Amino acid sequence: MAAEAEMMEASGPAIDPMHQFTLKPLFGEGPIHWYTPTNATLWMGIAVLGVIALLVLGTRRRAIVPSHTQSVAELAYGFVYQMVKDVAGKEGVKYFPYIMTLFIFIVFANFLGLIPLSFSVTSQIAVTVMLALLVFVSVTLLGFYKHGLKFLGLFWVTQAPLALRPILAIIEVISYFVRPVSHSIRLAGNVMAGHAVIEVFASFAASALIAPIALVGIVAMFGMDVLVAFIQAYVFTILTCVYLKDALHPSH
Amino acid sequence: MTTPTTEAAGHAAEGMAEAAGHAAESAGGMPQLDFSTYPNQFFWLAVALVLIYLILSRVALPRIEAVLSERQGTITGDLAAAEELKQKAVEAEEAYNKALADARAEANRIVAETRAEIQAELDEAIARADAEIAAKSAESEQAIAEIRASSEKAIKDVARDVAKAIVASFGVKADARAITAAVTQRMKG
Amino acid sequence: MEGSIVEMGKLIGAGLATIGMGGAAIGVGSIVGNYLAGALRNPAAAASQTAMLFIGIAFAEAFGIFSFLVALLLMFAL
Repeated sequence: MAAEAEMMEASGPAIDPMHQFTLKPLFGEGPIHWYTPTNATLWMGIAVLGVIALLVLGTRRRAIVPSHTQSVAELAYGFVYQMVKDVAGKEGVKYFPYIMTLFIFIVFANFLGLIPLSFSVTSQIAVTVMLALLVFVSVTLLGFYKHGLKFLGLFWVTQAPLALRPILAIIEVISYFVRPVSHSIRLAGNVMAGHAVIEVFASFAASALIAPIALVGIVAMFGMDVLVAFIQAYVFTILTCVYLKDALHPSH
Repeated sequence: MTTPTTEAAGHAAEGMAEAAGHAAESAGGMPQLDFSTYPNQFFWLAVALVLIYLILSRVALPRIEAVLSERQGTITGDLAAAEELKQKAVEAEEAYNKALADARAEANRIVAETRAEIQAELDEAIARADAEIAAKSAESEQAIAEIRASSEKAIKDVARDVAKAIVASFGVKADARAITAAVTQRMKG
Repeated sequence: MEGSIVEMGKLIGAGLATIGMGGAAIGVGSIVGNYLAGALRNPAAAASQTAMLFIGIAFAEAFGIFSFLVALLLMFAL
């Protein structure tokens, strides 16, 4: 056993880019129960505080001519509101607070995760799976609640020839149930990939010979990650809007 | 080298083997796939999301919406006020132009009136002067006529006296009536 | 010895899996290129289609991320 472990140590990768995603209890050691505050809890809490700072404290003066923080808050509001209205239609505006909650949480989690030595909440598949399942379940229930069994018309492509429709229906059903998978893996995968690649470059920097290249690589990847942090939040939100639109208007 | 295998091995063996298993667990593997942490993350994520949702729906979103609509209202109000002011300016300009036109017309009217008045006064004065002149000239004509008449009479007297004297110097007693007739006839010619 | 062969197979598999990311790159490039071509032809309609652009990028990129995930799973999880 020990020999095998040693051998793995020797032959396995010298760097461990995944170590940064490990959950640790905030206080002391020990097993992680469902209530144990961990580093993930800490950074979720910081994200909540960030949301409060931006959207509540930033707008507390209710100025007609906004301050910088208030402009950003209004920008975020207008951005998501416009997205919901454009993609999900006027009926979707009713669900704007839920979508805004998702968007603002993901944005804050993504950008807080970019701070060195921080913990990236959205790199955890558990987190993104729960977000995606939340969207998937609520959207499906909403579709059935709004349209009853007619919601199943989403899978019955009436424009296609009759013979093709059952096959298309199977494909549609599969693609419908793959949605939460791709929805969650996309976000977690992007964030995780960015962080892992940065760490790989950082481990290269230990060798003086390629350290400059590694540093340039880190900077480039970090810039890319800043972009990805926003785009993935945007994509997650806009896909939520698309799914919401499907639930509101299931006919093809 | 699977994590479950090492874990199982760690549980099965004693002491050092267990430590090695833990070391392998913490060194390799994807922490994201450690399902033992999932309940914890689900719980805290739910807490965070509910908190954010409450903050957004109770405080932040209504406030931002109010600010945005207030700003929209202010902008609309300001635009309306500007439009009103512009309208007022146009009205003021119109009033100014009208006043100017009125004043000009009034001035023209006054000028015409004054001119007519002066003309009338002038005419009156001319008429009066004409009348005066006419009266004066009539007076003087009368005076001249009187003078002429008196001078004619005087001439006639003188001529008659002279004729009577001439005739008397010829030694003829002249008829006074004939001489008068002759003188009158002569003076008529 | 058996372990190292398994290790080697995993690393080779992870390397092969990363080829999938190249496919995602081709897909994203194709999407953005076509978007740009269309946008230059009809700039007025471009702004309304940025949402579709990002959705398309997200879908194309998701599969690259999947292959990256497969590589990660091979290297660290299995």
